[in-house]
Amino acid sequence: MTTDPTGTAPTGTAPTSTVFEYAPAPESRSILDLKASYGLFVDGEFVDGHGSSFKTINPATEEVLAEVAEADDADVDAAVRAARRAHTRVWSRMSGSERAKYLYRIARIIQERGRELAVLESLDNGKPIKESRDVDVPIVAAHFFYYAGWADKLEHSGYGTTPLGVAGQIIPWNFPLMMLAWKIAPALACGNTVVLKPAETTPLTALLFAEICQQADLPPGVVNIVTGAGGTGQALVSHPDVDKVAFTGSTDVGKAIARAVAGSTKRVTLELGGKAANIVFDDAPLDQAVEGIVDGIFFNQGHVCCAGSRLLVQESIAEELLAKLKTRMGTLRVGDPLDKNTDVGAINSAEQLQRIRELSQVGEDEGAGRWSPPCDLPERGFWFPPTLFTGVTQAHRIAREEIFGPVLSVLTFRTPSEAVEKANNTPYGLSAGVWTEKGSLILHMAGALRAGVVWANTFNKFDPTSPFGGYKESGQGREGGRHGLAAYLKGGDL
Amino acid sequence: MPTLTTEFADVTGSEASMRRFLHGLPGVDQVGAEARAASLGTRSIKTTAKAHAIDLAISMVDLTTLEGQDTPGKVRALASKAVHPDPADPTCPQVAAVCVYPDMVAIAKETLGSSGINVAAVATAFPSGRAALDIKLADTRDAVEAGADEIDMVIDRGAFLSGRYLQVFEEIVAVREACTREDGTAAHLKVIFETGELQTLDNVRRVSWLAMLAGAHFIKTSTGKVQPAATLPVTLVMLQAVRDFRDSTAQMVGVKPAGGIRTSKDAIKYLVMVNEVAGPDWLDPDWFRFGASTLLNELLMQRTKLTTGRYSGPDYFTLD
Repeated sequence: MTTDPTGTAPTGTAPTSTVFEYAPAPESRSILDLKASYGLFVDGEFVDGHGSSFKTINPATEEVLAEVAEADDADVDAAVRAARRAHTRVWSRMSGSERAKYLYRIARIIQERGRELAVLESLDNGKPIKESRDVDVPIVAAHFFYYAGWADKLEHSGYGTTPLGVAGQIIPWNFPLMMLAWKIAPALACGNTVVLKPAETTPLTALLFAEICQQADLPPGVVNIVTGAGGTGQALVSHPDVDKVAFTGSTDVGKAIARAVAGSTKRVTLELGGKAANIVFDDAPLDQAVEGIVDGIFFNQGHVCCAGSRLLVQESIAEELLAKLKTRMGTLRVGDPLDKNTDVGAINSAEQLQRIRELSQVGEDEGAGRWSPPCDLPERGFWFPPTLFTGVTQAHRIAREEIFGPVLSVLTFRTPSEAVEKANNTPYGLSAGVWTEKGSLILHMAGALRAGVVWANTFNKFDPTSPFGGYKESGQGREGGRHGLAAYLKGGDL
Repeated sequence: MPTLTTEFADVTGSEASMRRFLHGLPGVDQVGAEARAASLGTRSIKTTAKAHAIDLAISMVDLTTLEGQDTPGKVRALASKAVHPDPADPTCPQVAAVCVYPDMVAIAKETLGSSGINVAAVATAFPSGRAALDIKLADTRDAVEAGADEIDMVIDRGAFLSGRYLQVFEEIVAVREACTREDGTAAHLKVIFETGELQTLDNVRRVSWLAMLAGAHFIKTSTGKVQPAATLPVTLVMLQAVRDFRDSTAQMVGVKPAGGIRTSKDAIKYLVMVNEVAGPDWLDPDWFRFGASTLLNELLMQRTKLTTGRYSGPDYFTLD
């Protein structure tokens, strides 16, 4: 017990003043029916691919979870042809209210099988079960519910009611199910059919979603899932019968896709990287700002395109805020993603871990102050401790490049205009955060920041009714809300 | 508290400086505070951790009866329960204190004997606090003379809400002086805010600092007579306040949520919050209490479930 400066302690019966250790609270894997191998989902059936197969692993243990087929050009072609057939013969002819019934049914099955989806997402991705359970899966269901509601009201969208046709969709590994929902729900609501390629390291929940499509009696060919790596994605993007390409992922790949579809009639939306500024003014609600900073960069191990990876803090409170932030970081629980008390899980892949390590080393070499709370990392698997760098300037690489990991760069500013200049001084423009108790300053900053989303006194909040997307190298097009319909309707390019 | 009043003399010297100080504290964003409290509430405390938490929670209970219908018989029953919460199991910890009205202090004291359990008395025209200062001080002295180890006072919420912060401060200082016994020792002072009447979390942070500057040993959410009583977000803000206060003054102040905490699950949520917000130093009956009555039997039922593997009905636990 600590010293009692006020004199004698009031009771003499103090029990064990031992540390309150939380016992392991692992979520059970028994709900899963994990198969040894998975094929592709084409035309409503699981089929073997023509190509080779690859293994997907649990990044927390490096245990092999399953073998997954790698779709080759012929497989992709079969999937696109199935999607075209389904579009022409069934889905585009169906009334909006009938399409809505399928989407509502899918949304309800997602809720019913929520725990199964959450466990599988955490296993394959490495994210903590409390995030997959409390954030990812509820948002996924909400997206299907939301766009189900639009399906019979498209005449009010402002973009007409005519679908584009077949959409080729490529999604990343950081939010496998959520990105699937953001892509598939609006596409289907508008009457398009899809061929979706999940990321190479996280294919499993998309395949479980394929089972859900079967369970919902979705007509064959409306949703097709082709697993694989870059080659599969390339085949999908360059397939001549794809009308629309939707991609979420790195800026480099996004640029390659833009080049590949240039000169064709394909429509394209890109949701790419970010280097968001989380701006804390001296009159901010400090305890909540600390939470927002932690949510901003350590949520999902920092594998978030809109992560608040640059903390811009007003100089007059920098010291106090950093002290509070470090104390808070000391309470983050890093470890087994399936433990219900884990706050920070595993890095998704060896490759990503390597990149985070490299850029952190660069930060150190360039003279920034590196700090992590003491934390025991498991021996197997891919792990990186929550880390912050102080004394970072605009000239540091860690202030410019997207690290996509639990690494925060701390910069300071003196005035609102300096905060705006620094925040906007990046090739990216996906999101930003503003922390102040002054409403007029929030409105001023929201207007001045070149970012698709500006959060005020909060961070990393997502809702299907709210459009999301970037400026500059963070991409083009919007997902979510009414704006998200534009990407999947003929009238959306007007 | 001489050291503090000197250190913060410029703050507590005038109404204007007191207001500047309290209004200069960082604001509390209610949405964010509620989200943080809810997120801590999702911690999963199982097996050994749960057993530890339940015993700790029992040892932190201020077993309370504050009714117009209280009688010596009722208070004796409550005090006996405090000593042996579970007569069937001698390993069950005692509670921290028994909390009664001042006229019941002597009865409680006599029944508790040498058990080591404290007697806490509510004073200062509890629960409304609407009386003249000398009556409040007499009420306090009366309870201390009767043998109270701890005084739970209420602040003048009317004065606080109309911005007369210095008056509230001076009243707490005066009550703290009235807690002094003839031999120079003093009863510990808990200051009740009635946060259900103060309403905003900004007010909760301000009143917490005000009471700590005035020398409170404990800050307490509620009387139990006003809804809402203790809530997780309010307790979160108070735990942040005692943490920040220790950071700047090196003095520790205790926290007592009271009223409305009825289940073991709720109690464990509070302990998780203490652990992760104020820190493990506060996980001790000297620094954290639950003001409760029905909570104790809920904790005992869960404790028996953990040791025997079976749930028993309420008839297997004593009424207080």
